[in-house]
Amino acid sequence: MAEFLTKSRARNVFYGGSIFFVVVFIALTVQSHRYVVTTSTAGMPLSEEVVLGKRVWERHSCINCHTLHGEGAYFAPELGNVMTRWGVQDDSEGAYEILDGWMSAQPSGIEGRRQMPHFEITEEEMRGLAEFLRWADQTDTQGWPPKDAG
Amino acid sequence: MKYQSQKVALAYFVCAMGLFGIQVLGGLLAGWIYVSPNFLSELLPFNIIRMIHTNALIVWLLLGFFGAAYFLVPEESERELYSVKLAYLQLILLVVGTLGAVGSYLVGIHGGREFLEQPLWVKFGILVAALIFLFNISMTVLAGKKTAITNVLLMGLWLLSLLWVFAFINPENLSLDKMYWWFVVHLWVEATWELVMAAILAFLLLKLTGVDREVVEKWLYVIVATALFSGILGTGHHFYWIGLPGYWQWLGSIFSTFEVVPFFLMMSFAFVMVWKGRKNHPNKAALLWSLGSSTVAFFGAGVWGFLHTLHGVNFYSHGTQITAAHGHLSFYGAYVALNLAIFTYAMPMLRGRAPYNQVLNMVSFWLMTGGMAFMTFVLTFAGTIQTHMQRVVGDYYMEVQDGLSLFYMMRFGAGAAVVIGALLFIYSLLVVRKREVITPGAANPVIGG
Repeated sequence: MAEFLTKSRARNVFYGGSIFFVVVFIALTVQSHRYVVTTSTAGMPLSEEVVLGKRVWERHSCINCHTLHGEGAYFAPELGNVMTRWGVQDDSEGAYEILDGWMSAQPSGIEGRRQMPHFEITEEEMRGLAEFLRWADQTDTQGWPPKDAG
Repeated sequence: MKYQSQKVALAYFVCAMGLFGIQVLGGLLAGWIYVSPNFLSELLPFNIIRMIHTNALIVWLLLGFFGAAYFLVPEESERELYSVKLAYLQLILLVVGTLGAVGSYLVGIHGGREFLEQPLWVKFGILVAALIFLFNISMTVLAGKKTAITNVLLMGLWLLSLLWVFAFINPENLSLDKMYWWFVVHLWVEATWELVMAAILAFLLLKLTGVDREVVEKWLYVIVATALFSGILGTGHHFYWIGLPGYWQWLGSIFSTFEVVPFFLMMSFAFVMVWKGRKNHPNKAALLWSLGSSTVAFFGAGVWGFLHTLHGVNFYSHGTQITAAHGHLSFYGAYVALNLAIFTYAMPMLRGRAPYNQVLNMVSFWLMTGGMAFMTFVLTFAGTIQTHMQRVVGDYYMEVQDGLSLFYMMRFGAGAAVVIGALLFIYSLLVVRKREVITPGAANPVIGG
């Protein structure tokens, strides 16, 4: 490597540059945090039901089969836009009914088809989960996914 | 082995290899469920198996890093570890926590943030273990000689432990949850872990090739500088579609493109050092793993990462089998192979033997690397078809998946090769007592290292 680049110069560039990028990153994080709260997820209130739904989503570790906004496991369909796909994004009651119907029919037991487990979920929790998925669906995700198929 | 306290690394490496076995067997099981979906579906659903597969991986890699630090820091600092007892206490905490987490998963107790599913008490256990480690290793370094290798290694380990704090932060707002989640996930594997990787690689090359320390350490600083300069803002490539501002599409695309650079440099570094080195170190298997790790990391993390990092591409490929292909090859190349390199280098010394059974070890390298490469190719093909059918044409997910079954069968075969390779590796380091079956030729004399 070039002679002008001594070990101590390389070290100083490393430390100085890293601090610079950390500072920029923190500033952008603060701005992004505000943007999420005030703009991209502001279309629907973060109600108690939605929060309950998020806890239900987490307790059953849905993320280890499904993706949500494209993140998670790739074993089962994307759920960030599932309410749009089902045509119930603007219908709270319809969202609950279709979700409840789907989940109580699992596992399908069909040979050769991926199986979704049976989950013990109360009616209140199921309503929360439906609201959570509607809430996720209303997030401004920069137009992603490209198709309703998810 | 120059210092008695380096011996603690042996216990870390053995535990790491045990979890490595569990990890690949979990992966094989998950791969089989893709082929035969009804298998175990009621008893042990896919989400639980995947949790065990990913968590075991992360913990064993960390155990390997901790063990590597305990092995190389005394040698670099030229003094014994501050406390051997603390090092064992830390290991016990981590092993109890891991077994506790696996046990909890099996009975259905787990969180729901990907990779951070551990019950709260396990997360605290990991935090305490990390603090013990940082205290122990920092006291050792502070009292001894400071080198670039220990500087970078410590900085990486300190930062990754600090970032663990974000494992406890789970906002109710999903988009915020995702943003802070990446502070652990991305800033671990695409920033701080790279520091640890580069430091361990520098140590290995210093020992294996005998190149001047000054040269090695200059390379090291340049590599880690490019890693953090690209990796920190490169976090933006995870922020495209989760509800964050649109400018991340440009920032993420540009900076994450540069994330290829540190991996290219690490590969070049490894080959240039071997080329320049005058030493003919007897542990050829460790050299193979070191070169192999930096090369596969370049392809897995660098090339396969770039493949889908630009936002115009990622809009279509995000969250498909393309991501799975990249994830497998990058973890294997950068972190699995590097850990196996330091295990291969250190084990003969830790067990007080000449570097033995190298051929078996090298066979395991080719089995695992070949298997992972094949797996990456078939998943990339599957992901390309999936991207087109689902994201361009708009066919439903399960219909597309049904058409990909041939790829999943081939992936299972590739996974089986990896598992055989992994078991062979563990066997070659822990069980076999004989020297190699093939005698090195006269043109390749074995001189003591």
